[in-house]
Amino acid sequence: MYQYDKYDQSMVDARVAEFRDQVQRRLAGEITEDQFKPLRLKNGLYLQLHAYMLRVAVPYGTLSSRQMRLLGDIADKYDRGYGHFTTRQNIQYNWIKLEDAPDILADLASVEMHAIQTSGNCIRNTTSDQFAGAAADELVDPRPYAELLRQWSTFHPEFDYLPRKFKIAMIGSETDRAAMKLHDIGIQLVKNDAGEIGCKFYVGGGMGRTPMIAPVIGDFVPPLQMISYLEACLRVYNRYGRRDNKYKARIKILVHEIGADEYRRQVEEEFAHILTLGLEPPAAELERIKGFFEQPGFDANASEDLDLSDPDFALWVDQNTHAHKQAGYTIVNISLKPTGGIPGDASADQIRLMADLALEYSFDELRVTHAQNIVLPHVRKADLYTIWQKLDEAGLANANLDLISDIIACPGLDYCALANARSIPVAQKISERFADLGRQRELGELKLKISGCINACGHHHAGHIGILGVDRKGVENYQLSFGGSEGADTSLGTITGPGFNEDGVVDAVEKATDVYLAQRTEGERFLDTYRRIGMAPFKEAIYAKETVNG
Amino acid sequence: MVEQTLRYRNDEPVNDPAVTFAAFADQSNATAVRIEPGEDARVLLPHLDRLALVEVNFPTYGDGRGYSAARILREHGYAGELRAVGDVLLDQLSHMRRCGFDSFAPQQPIAAEAAEKAFATWPDVYQKTVDGRPAIWAKRHSA
Repeated sequence: MYQYDKYDQSMVDARVAEFRDQVQRRLAGEITEDQFKPLRLKNGLYLQLHAYMLRVAVPYGTLSSRQMRLLGDIADKYDRGYGHFTTRQNIQYNWIKLEDAPDILADLASVEMHAIQTSGNCIRNTTSDQFAGAAADELVDPRPYAELLRQWSTFHPEFDYLPRKFKIAMIGSETDRAAMKLHDIGIQLVKNDAGEIGCKFYVGGGMGRTPMIAPVIGDFVPPLQMISYLEACLRVYNRYGRRDNKYKARIKILVHEIGADEYRRQVEEEFAHILTLGLEPPAAELERIKGFFEQPGFDANASEDLDLSDPDFALWVDQNTHAHKQAGYTIVNISLKPTGGIPGDASADQIRLMADLALEYSFDELRVTHAQNIVLPHVRKADLYTIWQKLDEAGLANANLDLISDIIACPGLDYCALANARSIPVAQKISERFADLGRQRELGELKLKISGCINACGHHHAGHIGILGVDRKGVENYQLSFGGSEGADTSLGTITGPGFNEDGVVDAVEKATDVYLAQRTEGERFLDTYRRIGMAPFKEAIYAKETVNG
Repeated sequence: MVEQTLRYRNDEPVNDPAVTFAAFADQSNATAVRIEPGEDARVLLPHLDRLALVEVNFPTYGDGRGYSAARILREHGYAGELRAVGDVLLDQLSHMRRCGFDSFAPQQPIAAEAAEKAFATWPDVYQKTVDGRPAIWAKRHSA
């Protein structure tokens, strides 16, 4: 894992001091709430429905046990004993007091963490593949590049007041586990025929009210020009992105309106100029960072054997582990989606337990996933049963990864000032309706995502089944969509038709799964069946009038 | 309200009034110009040697186009005064300086001591820009 040197540490320390001063000036009435708002937002502090919410950055989703433990302690000390892991691989606390915020930032800085640029119209925390450095299918480890990007984007003076927020995702595998094409910029590390590494730039994707899949803008940018290319992409956006309407201000609208070819032309022109300025960190800096991401000391003789005689354990192994590149090791996914629970929530005790497990069994590393789960990336198969038992005792052994109850949901109207409808109760009801694990496994991979408003924080556009909460004349109403996906086959969901009330949407989801079970052919997932047979059979089932008795 | 300019240059202030971007094209003797957020700073590049003052207006602090305008002018060798005017707030000063501004005419006055403190916010910087400060990566590999 990356470790701060004196420079990195002094930058976060300076940030804590700056924010402490800003909070004091606000509390003393020297600056208005209007002037304070962008300053607190750039430190991840939102004013929500009931309290302040603090969003803490987890750079490219990677945590050490020491950091994870502190996140648990913060939940106890400053919140109500819970943390909420988000779709941007961050963690949020929902019950924060303004006057405590500088102290929390100081606590975070003590373990090389921060809340810098987790909100505001600036470059946000870079996300990445939660299996980086571990997955069997990895081409290039994206983490050193993501760290280079973290440093470049931190307090970037030119791009602190962009037209709108800016999210970058970075991956190094053929399989996209980071919804890369649905970001303002997605960077995929690829190799050419000569075996050289390049950055493939997808620019102008996003969800929100106008979902778009990013087109390729840069085919093969040399890694030692990545920062310069980013400068060019951002400068064109900062200068020409729309500022007349915040709903049309994301880069996807600019790229869409002028066209990918014209945007590319402008970027290339700017890029040629920027290359003359010498802004790019040298190769030695990338090499220095790479040194922190050396492969851990795996046991070359680790056994592949696994005793699967305990059926519950066998189910969990089958559902929640993923192939590791090292023989005898596996990747463990800890589901934060218990039946009836709040997706992504973990108690302080659960957070600390996961930290302990990482320290003892996973080379001191954890990852947060954009699906709001936690990963232990490097686990010996020989330790799996012990880990599973400890997780089970803590209520963390839900064997539902990528099943219908592994729901992504935004905080919704229970917390969020922007929401039109509640998301959490819908997620809870669906997970209760499908509580039977055998039934869930029968349905197979089924990604269900819920947003409580059109901003789409719950990624509903990318759900095999998506649910969008809207306000219809003061009543919560839920629109249903099918056919979204976020991987290599990224697609946007299609709305089924009129919306439902809370119970009605749960019923409609169940009817849709019945259609799938009746229509699927060998090996088809829900998404595949939908793509093959189309919306009509589903629509017919979910909108059929109940037949009256007799 | 007293007109205030915080100035961080050693040369004499320019007294010429800044003309609008549109008027500048027709006034071959103008030495000072004011650009608004939507105006393309690159249009000024052929005229940099006759310019002594460029004012970049920030009608609202949240409109960040002026940061790019400033950097572009400096990257192309503009050495005259570059002044941020309008809704220029204390907490924006340090980033503005990094983008090449060397004078500030804020609507709401800012105390000179507070400004000095703002410029000293960051002990170091992660990016190379136009202010001459070495990026952290350069310091790490300077030996």
